[in-house]
Amino acid sequence: MAEQRAMSSTTHPSQMVQNPLQRFLMATEIDTRLLGMVGALAIIWIGFNFFSGGLFLTPRNLWNLSVQTASVAVMVTGMVLVIVTRNIDLSVGSILGVVGMVMGVMQTQILPVQLGLGLGHPLIWVLSLASGLVIGVGIGGLQGAIIAYLRVPAFIVTLGGYLVWRGAAWWVTAGRTVAPMDSTFQLMGGGPTGAIGNFWSWVVGGLACAAIVIGLYFGRRQRQRFNFPQRPVWAEVSLAIIGCGAAIAAVWVANAYPWPVRIAENFANANGIAVPEGGLFISHGIAIPVLIAVGVGVVMTFLATRTRFGRYVYAMGGNPEAAELAGINTRWVTVKIFMLMGALCAIAAAISTARLNAATNALGTLDELYVIAAAVIGGTSLAGGVGSIAGALLGALVMQSLQSGMVLMGIDSPLQSIVVGIVLVFAVWLDTLYRRNKH
Amino acid sequence: MLDTSTPLVEMTDISISFGGIRAVDHASINLHRGEVVGLLGHNGAGKSTLIKILSGAYKRDAGDIRINGEAATINNPRDAKAYGIETIYQQLAVADNVDAAANLFLGREMVTSLGTLDDAAMESKAREVMGRLNPNFRRFKEPVKALSGGQRQSVAIARAILFNARILIMDEPTAALGPQETTQVGELIKQLKADGIGIFLISHDIHDVFDLADRVVVMKNGQVVGQAKTSDVTKDEVLGMIIMGKVPPGAEPGPGAISG
Repeated sequence: MAEQRAMSSTTHPSQMVQNPLQRFLMATEIDTRLLGMVGALAIIWIGFNFFSGGLFLTPRNLWNLSVQTASVAVMVTGMVLVIVTRNIDLSVGSILGVVGMVMGVMQTQILPVQLGLGLGHPLIWVLSLASGLVIGVGIGGLQGAIIAYLRVPAFIVTLGGYLVWRGAAWWVTAGRTVAPMDSTFQLMGGGPTGAIGNFWSWVVGGLACAAIVIGLYFGRRQRQRFNFPQRPVWAEVSLAIIGCGAAIAAVWVANAYPWPVRIAENFANANGIAVPEGGLFISHGIAIPVLIAVGVGVVMTFLATRTRFGRYVYAMGGNPEAAELAGINTRWVTVKIFMLMGALCAIAAAISTARLNAATNALGTLDELYVIAAAVIGGTSLAGGVGSIAGALLGALVMQSLQSGMVLMGIDSPLQSIVVGIVLVFAVWLDTLYRRNKH
Repeated sequence: MLDTSTPLVEMTDISISFGGIRAVDHASINLHRGEVVGLLGHNGAGKSTLIKILSGAYKRDAGDIRINGEAATINNPRDAKAYGIETIYQQLAVADNVDAAANLFLGREMVTSLGTLDDAAMESKAREVMGRLNPNFRRFKEPVKALSGGQRQSVAIARAILFNARILIMDEPTAALGPQETTQVGELIKQLKADGIGIFLISHDIHDVFDLADRVVVMKNGQVVGQAKTSDVTKDEVLGMIIMGKVPPGAEPGPGAISG
């Protein structure tokens, strides 16, 4: 107490610590748990790179990894909020399936044929996506209302939903696979055309750097306004360098992955470009599904940390009764969370169907388990109240890295499941240890 | 009656049952401006249930609530807050996983012109209010989980005074506190009383409330045994009301008083 009182209220706590590493962590206010996950990811990447003979850390593999993560990454941002409020959603894979089928039928049958827009009409992708979003929000809202107002446990409601929506996906076309997708819609799935190319990738990277610096600046000004303890300037600069460095490195990797030779040649021939000696180097750049996932991550982080809705979500998870007594309409917040989850399933469905260039009624099978596992690996506590969007996104990347890495090493798929299962349990055990030591 | 002006709160003939058990049975109670009323009784006497009806956590089966002489409709905690009724609960006061400022403003957050949470402004205001209540409090960035029982209680009390409550309900307000913090809360109650706020203190321990209260109301088995000004009765007499339902001469008997 005396020590606390002696410390002026505007001194940053980092100035009390001697150990340089601890001091750096405190001064930058970096979440050590998140840092631990980045470290784990680095170990996984380097390990796979070593054991696969240098196949893992290549622009091509990392680019594919990012595209493969996108669908689960989009859904996991919503699953965090669901789990934080002590609920669960087992139906996300099935919702993805049924919404994918509906969007497939919209763009191959209803819009071009029955409504006579004709194939390739520029409005088709928007209308298909919009219809998918409406259905996703509707399904989520229905499940959320049953959970919140009829008081049926989320586990049961979404377990029912898991069966219902998977059945509904079959029912849309009596099990027939729908293909191919609209050409504009396909861009959401990635591929050489579904990436934004060298120039725009650098633009995105530049904007990200600007956003990081501006964010740090406003954060600092806000603290000055109220005379709060501030981070030392060197810590702010370190944060800016780390953040911008990560953004630039990501863009650089995406740009280092060229189009396949044949596609580049076709493109050159079609546009009358001479193919130079050694082949034409056209960068993929950041894939559109990855851009969507990152955008979703930013928006969801904003929702979770900067809005009343997000504040209520965490308060409800920490103490539902206190939240209710504080006058929060907890039931309506629950419905909104599940509506949001439904919308995110629709976005993930668009990415998945576009990437596969087909809608099948089996699409998204087992996704619910991967999404829940990613959220939990990312530090979301099933006891409620704890979890972050950034952590969950990293969790999704860890899961996908494990799977891709094992494929690269030629490990049999039964063994892959065994490893992923063990890692899930191990990660949660580590997390328990971490939290116990922290308090 | 003890005071003839229009009561701030008037609860008349309130009843509520849970699965056939009458938790509160035709209980009546009132509260005036600047008055501290101690609501006493054993665990299960119905005092917390009665007061949760006023704070909107439970819905009554029968009876009337009047605030400032006008019939009030209280169906949920939001309604109660609209009447200026703030409640400090024994255990359920705070969300453990968020920080003090978030708890102070829970349900009534300050927002910027863009509609986003204004965390800095909330923290600043929280520092101001907490500084008045508990000057040693520094841990604004940590989840409330990390705080001591007394610190958590000061967060809960700060939340009530932050929003200018007219009627304050405190359920075992000092049960989790050390002696120094208990004295602080006592000082605070006197300060709030001077501001004209009516306060219900609920406790099963007479020592917690007798010195602070102007009047005590005793409940037993869901019924009001009786009420008395603290100046008209002794602690032992009130204890007799709590334990045996025996009403002393200085008190006014209620429906739960044992005859003879």
